[in-house]
Amino acid sequence: MDNKEPSLENKTVESIPAVTIRFAGDSGDGMQLVGTRFTDTSALFGNDLATLPSFPAEIRAPQGTIAGVSSFQVQIADFDILTPGDNPDVLVAMNPAALKAHLDDLAPNGMLILNEDAFEEKNIQKAGYKTDPRTSGELDAYRVFQVPMEKLTKEALEDTEITGRAVLRSKNMIALGLISWVFNRPLEDTENWINDKFKKLPEVADANIKALKVGYNFGITVEAFHHTYVVDKAKLPEGEYTNINGNIGLSWGLIAGARQAGLELFYASYPITPASDILHELSKHKNFDTITFQAEDEIAAAASAVGASFTGKLAVTGTSGPGLALKSETISLAVSTELPLVVVNVQRGGPSTGLPTKPEQSDLMFALYGRHGESPLPVLAVRSPSHAFTTAIEAARVALKYMTPVILLSDNYVATGSEPWKLPAIGDLPTIENNLTTTINTEEGFLPYHRNVETFARPWAVPGTPGLEHRIGGLEKEEGTGNVSYESANHQYMTDMRAWKIANIANDIEPLEVTGDEKADVLVLGWGSTYGSITQAVNRLNEKGIKVASAHLTFLNPFPDNTGDVLSNYKKVIIPELNTGQLIKLVRERYLIDAIGINKVNAEPFTAQELYDEIEERINE
Amino acid sequence: MSKVPINYKRKDFQSDQEVKWCPGCGDYTLLASVQSFMAEMGISKEKIVFVSGIGCAARFPYYMNTYGLHSIHGRAPAVATGVSVSNPELSVWIVSGDGDSLSIGGNHLIHALRKNVNLKILMFNNQIYGLTKGQYSPTSEEGKKTKSSPFGSVEMPFNPMSVALGAEASFVARSIDMDRDLTAHVLEEASKHKGSAFIEIYQNCNVFNDHAFEQLTSKEGRVANRINLVHGEKVIFGAEDELAVTIENGEAKIVKRADIDDSQIYVHDTTKKNPSVAFSLSRLSHGPYGPTPVGVFRQVERETYNEDVIGQIESAKEAKGDGKIEQLIRSLGTWDVN
Repeated sequence: MDNKEPSLENKTVESIPAVTIRFAGDSGDGMQLVGTRFTDTSALFGNDLATLPSFPAEIRAPQGTIAGVSSFQVQIADFDILTPGDNPDVLVAMNPAALKAHLDDLAPNGMLILNEDAFEEKNIQKAGYKTDPRTSGELDAYRVFQVPMEKLTKEALEDTEITGRAVLRSKNMIALGLISWVFNRPLEDTENWINDKFKKLPEVADANIKALKVGYNFGITVEAFHHTYVVDKAKLPEGEYTNINGNIGLSWGLIAGARQAGLELFYASYPITPASDILHELSKHKNFDTITFQAEDEIAAAASAVGASFTGKLAVTGTSGPGLALKSETISLAVSTELPLVVVNVQRGGPSTGLPTKPEQSDLMFALYGRHGESPLPVLAVRSPSHAFTTAIEAARVALKYMTPVILLSDNYVATGSEPWKLPAIGDLPTIENNLTTTINTEEGFLPYHRNVETFARPWAVPGTPGLEHRIGGLEKEEGTGNVSYESANHQYMTDMRAWKIANIANDIEPLEVTGDEKADVLVLGWGSTYGSITQAVNRLNEKGIKVASAHLTFLNPFPDNTGDVLSNYKKVIIPELNTGQLIKLVRERYLIDAIGINKVNAEPFTAQELYDEIEERINE
Repeated sequence: MSKVPINYKRKDFQSDQEVKWCPGCGDYTLLASVQSFMAEMGISKEKIVFVSGIGCAARFPYYMNTYGLHSIHGRAPAVATGVSVSNPELSVWIVSGDGDSLSIGGNHLIHALRKNVNLKILMFNNQIYGLTKGQYSPTSEEGKKTKSSPFGSVEMPFNPMSVALGAEASFVARSIDMDRDLTAHVLEEASKHKGSAFIEIYQNCNVFNDHAFEQLTSKEGRVANRINLVHGEKVIFGAEDELAVTIENGEAKIVKRADIDDSQIYVHDTTKKNPSVAFSLSRLSHGPYGPTPVGVFRQVERETYNEDVIGQIESAKEAKGDGKIEQLIRSLGTWDVN
């Protein structure tokens, strides 16, 4: 490196509307942290943004291998965006494996920043390259910048107390400093964050800040980086914003749901990826009278929530696919005892342990039908981090108003991806009714299965209430008294009643809304985390003059009352899903529509461009 | 909260449901014992909750005129934990069986005991699966011939007292269905105990495993074989009080009094922090055969899970004040768009 004084005489700043940056390195290289920091700085600056973290299931997968690569993608923009971007414009690769794993996605002429110190013979081979990719010509289509990140880190930390192998832990800060320079982001916010995080280890804070500054100054010094970029503030609706991921949005929604219902929250869970962060977040907020129970297993988590519900709590249990399987019998108990319960399932790739850190929408059928006996319950899905907040409240509302377990589906993409969220006015949040009672409800005394005539919900008399002592359980109950009944006509009646109670919710929820070109012949119908990609794809198609509309379901059971009418307005209904075709089966069965699926389960979310191409193809078929 | 404590009678705790156990079942005696005790306990009945899993014993809540939740197989300790932690004012009782507690629900049982959740767990041990009509259970003796073990069970049974003490349960006791006095005593001690109480009650299944406890319930057996554990008293037993228990190198042994000085006899202490001696006492028998200890094995003071959970909530409220949603949604930092 040339040691001449930094000269900025020929620095240029180009204004661009949006950029997608992907940081990739070994799972121990700190790429999630770098991505999150850059995201938060951009959020505070006022960009719109969306993120896509991606990491292996192993905490420290074999170093230098493709299996061990962890990445974080963020799109920042000066306009309203819905996805973390399709192909990155900038790829930071900390080693040959990261390059190999992500190069195919980099946009033509994209900026490629390599940690040149990692391109040793051994690492190059470990990544599966036969020859050094830097000299083989395969990088010719990109703008390649080689940065000696390890050498710079060692130089930066020469005079600090950090020595030995620990020095190189700060090399991610070189990358962050350099990207901050290239995109004209001040370092101050990150410096504050580092100082706060390493309050008790000031020497570590000092080392990281030094490395951050060296990375930034490298950009000043090296003329190759003198063409820089700026993404202006986004013209978002006026208001106060914060940056949340889906797990945070969902957690806050549960706390708010309890508050809106005038109840205390009980959250029981067994640690499981990618749902554990909900348990972590709720555990922090005990001053909201929130009880978090880390149970001995998934079944105990569900069972304790049923117990808490019996006492009058807003009871919630959270998990991911394998855990939902274990909770299945307990959810049936909640169906039979007609106790309110919210079951959160942050979906991941399956079957079995599957792909614990990858997104998939393959638990829809399981959520609807994965219980023994006729065991209907409402199923909702979140489409984005901010939608997770409102949908958690909605799940609580339905559970409490109708005395039923509810399954709330999220997935790894929504749960870990983040976006700016315009804070709601707390006064605008819905008030939630419940069925708590302290009075005898019939002339024959208190009858625990004597129903509300509108909602068919049974009364919720909780232990501690004098005079309303009663027993409930998993054996079939007699309508009204709740006594054990093996009588055939009663079982028929109760089965029908449980089904009708859930079906009846269809007229108490938001109708299905159509966006895009409503008068088109083609409708794209989605659910859950595909919302951003579908909406962006349909917007782009509309911009190109291609007529297509879209609609997105929050309730998968029951479907909103107007769903059939909406679908019947279109000649073609296209249903993209990250599974092999689950919503499509429900739609075909229920509405006798020969819908067309776009399906994949390749451990990645749909990109907007991918859906644009696929939808266009099916329109033209 | 409640207008009572009143002079309850046993019938105040009888529900209007017809009791449907087999005629002659030990559960009838236990139901009567528990209902009688509830009338004496001094807690108003709306604050009492009975939780059960699956099995013959698990029908118990339907027959109690209190709050009740008949849940699913093995899960009663988990369900009851949710009940108890959510409302610490409740008196929460579990009625379970040997299959429910020690087979399908073993995990929940040991964790509830470990955490010292404020629960009273009554495990009716009949050493057989009754409701499914006679398969061997995790407490059936080795060699037991049943429908599912026609050539004899090849499994070593659990010793329920050892399991509970191994999980460091803070209260561990054993009673026998026929012995209403002992049951009443053990229930009373359990109800006064802060935290988890585990009570094994030998319960005769006269249909699928009749006479299983004869060595402790027959006229001769009860005097010869019952080792009554009474806190503060020397452990002496036998028809002529001719036998005693000593602790040698931490191990409980049955000795003839004639062979030792009375000062060597173990004086039972339920409050020992270390559960080793209690565990050793539990190893004196491996089922209701020959000399078998009954009564309270262990009764120690330990912080309950409930107290600690509530304590953390209270200190969080003290430190941060009552939570406000307005603050919560700003906790990660915000920015304004104008």
